[in-house]
Amino acid sequence: MLSLTHFLVLGAIMFAVSVFGIFMNRKNLIVLLMAIELMLLSVNMNFIAFSQYLGDTAGQIFVFFILTVAAAESAIGLAILVVLFRNLRSINVEDLDSLKG
Amino acid sequence: MDLSLAIFYVFAVVLVFAAFRVITAKNPVHAVLYLVLSFFNSAVLWMLMKAEFLAVSLIVIYVGAVMVLFLFVVMMLDINFEALRKSFWKFLPVAGTVAGIMLVEMVLILTHRYAKIDAARIVEPSFNTASAEVLGKLIYTQYFLPFQLAAVLLLVGMVAAIALTLRKRKNTKYLNPGDQIKVKREDRVRIVKMQSEPRIVADDAAADDKPAA
Repeated sequence: MLSLTHFLVLGAIMFAVSVFGIFMNRKNLIVLLMAIELMLLSVNMNFIAFSQYLGDTAGQIFVFFILTVAAAESAIGLAILVVLFRNLRSINVEDLDSLKG
Repeated sequence: MDLSLAIFYVFAVVLVFAAFRVITAKNPVHAVLYLVLSFFNSAVLWMLMKAEFLAVSLIVIYVGAVMVLFLFVVMMLDINFEALRKSFWKFLPVAGTVAGIMLVEMVLILTHRYAKIDAARIVEPSFNTASAEVLGKLIYTQYFLPFQLAAVLLLVGMVAAIALTLRKRKNTKYLNPGDQIKVKREDRVRIVKMQSEPRIVADDAAADDKPAA
């Protein structure tokens, strides 16, 4: 019997995996962006599971908006990444220290 | 063990494996492709929860647009990824601790019997909550303002992305045809009024040139 807990635990595992990825890839900006996408995916899974469990469609509408915002976010993030690479010839997070005093 | 549970376990295992490969893959192109795989697997799981519209839009929006953008950027930039992975395993203790504690805490809370969601079924409501028709009616009535704000947000995102990456090339030979057509004689030729100079007689000039000896 498929229960709510299955999906919630799966969402928790995926969230933990992406947190792990953010810590491990602290230098690589592209993989950081991908880990954020994974995080949003796990949150969306929780939203849909609860929406289905409570019989309330508002959760699915929310997922719709999260997808929209995430698409805009990754587009702008990748644009910033391209500009960054053009100026610094690197996407290493440790090279982004021009604001350091 | 019924069929939906079996489908859930198969796709959940593949999903977690793909998510793990996304963050550990050496080649970022492989990471993007594993991310695509994890999106497909979650789309199947969302369909299992009868959210078929969102599952399809996940594939269309994410795999079709965002992941292609990621792939494009990863392949376009000439990055030395080996240098970025030099201290990859250095962060393993802190990463393992934080992620492990988070995971254990969340799973303990979710599976504890006082959470009372242990035996909660994914219920099947009396009406079809997940169909595109129901979602569409809600979006165009109750959530109309957020829907339009989302449209504005996408427009702003598009303008921002274009404005960030737009640049004028310095060495281009491009000419604006409109400017070429609009050009007038006055823009090219400048007529200068000068006083007419009298003709100098050759003898006088020669006398002037001689040094006063």
